[in-house]
Amino acid sequence: MTTSEKYVTAAYLVVLAVVLLYVVLYSFKLSRLEREVAELAELAQRRKAA
Amino acid sequence: MSLRNNRAVLLAAAAAVLLVAGLALALFWAPEDADQGFSQRIFYVHVPIALTAYACFGWGAWKALRLLWTREPRHDLESYTAVHMGVIFGILTLVTGSIWAKISWGVWWTWSERQLTLFLVLFLFYCAYFMLRFSVDPGPRRANLSAVYALFGVALIPVSFLAIRLAENFIHPVVFTRDGPQMSGSMFLVFCICLGAMLALFAALYTNELAGKRLDARLRELREALE
Amino acid sequence: MTYFADVAALARKDILLELRSRDTLPAMLLFVVSALVVFHFSLPSDASDTASTGLLWIALLFTALLGLGRAFTAEREQRVLDGLVLAPCDRSAIWLAKSLGVLVFLGVAEVVALPAYALFFEPVGWELVAAILLANLGLAAVGTLLAAMAAASRARELLLPLLFLPLVIPVVVGGVGATVVDDPGRYLGFLALYDLIFAILSWASFEYVVAE
Repeated sequence: MTTSEKYVTAAYLVVLAVVLLYVVLYSFKLSRLEREVAELAELAQRRKAA
Repeated sequence: MSLRNNRAVLLAAAAAVLLVAGLALALFWAPEDADQGFSQRIFYVHVPIALTAYACFGWGAWKALRLLWTREPRHDLESYTAVHMGVIFGILTLVTGSIWAKISWGVWWTWSERQLTLFLVLFLFYCAYFMLRFSVDPGPRRANLSAVYALFGVALIPVSFLAIRLAENFIHPVVFTRDGPQMSGSMFLVFCICLGAMLALFAALYTNELAGKRLDARLRELREALE
Repeated sequence: MTYFADVAALARKDILLELRSRDTLPAMLLFVVSALVVFHFSLPSDASDTASTGLLWIALLFTALLGLGRAFTAEREQRVLDGLVLAPCDRSAIWLAKSLGVLVFLGVAEVVALPAYALFFEPVGWELVAAILLANLGLAAVGTLLAAMAAASRARELLLPLLFLPLVIPVVVGGVGATVVDDPGRYLGFLALYDLIFAILSWASFEYVVAE
């Protein structure tokens, strides 16, 4: 690959990397949300029982 | 709720298809540029991202206007998400632009590239947007301040561009000539597909991000109601 | 016409307060002269004459920031801003009055800064004065709005420069351009355009910034 080809590829890869990074960060957020829902469901259960 | 989900999935699918098609076409099918050769292909990634960033800021300003108009708090979240996306696309613009500068002229940064300079100014401006948001407690006050600031940002875009053009008369007139791409028909087609792809990507990410933030807010309300 | 009466009253209050307490204006004057002296030491001997023009504009920007940082402190310290907002006057009148006050302070600072600049560096031409007058309007208009925003935040003095600097880059371009280039008309026109756009925008959006 010539130098310019390398740079062009780098640019495309940067875009790909940012999008994938976003997906990773979003999945962390999703797991946090799931955890919170579980906690709140438990809280609601306890309330109901009491 | 399910309608919203459907739209999110549809947007994500559209973005995926367009992105893959666009980038594949850009790398393999688009005709090679006579002057710049292979390195011109970065244009199919850089310019659509830049235009999408403008679209993000414009959308954010529109939602900000809606907030000030109707005072409905959901517009604040929508405006904030749009600006957030805009900054992400802005960073990408600066990075791909810098790579393009490296390819074309051998330097990682040049002030004589108007679009890049404009994006740097806008990037600083919208980073300050986040500083503003983080230093005000959540509520209608923060929403109003953010909305006004987002509107100022959109006014700044043309004014800054004019300023940068005027500045070229007295600031390091290093002459880097590069013709705007004179696109043949097939080049233009690939460009349009890539532009559509980036806009679809913005729409998909925006919808997801917004849904996530709304969930956050509702969970917080739930928690307060239960505790 | 009570609108302008309100504006006059509010502006007069600010200026009188400053005349009595005398804290902001002397600081601005001292700051701008100190900055010019620092610039003398920061410019290498083979720097062009026009470099000092750029530094003058930077000094003016930061002097403006100094003054703006105090524009809403008095109100905040005494929670007068809430009272002002409840006052039976159009909120934008507050903006206009504050901007006029800032304009006056900036003008006074420049009355000291320009002779100092002429003394330390190079003579001051009419283009520079014209550019400064036009730039003052833009800086005061935008700065007052942003100062109100910063006053509403926790970060306050830290936030104002971050909000202010990107927004006033066009003013620097217009000001330096008018001073340096042969035909200053375009740059002065650009400054006037900036003033118009952002003054209107600031005037219209101020009430959203101070509302609860």
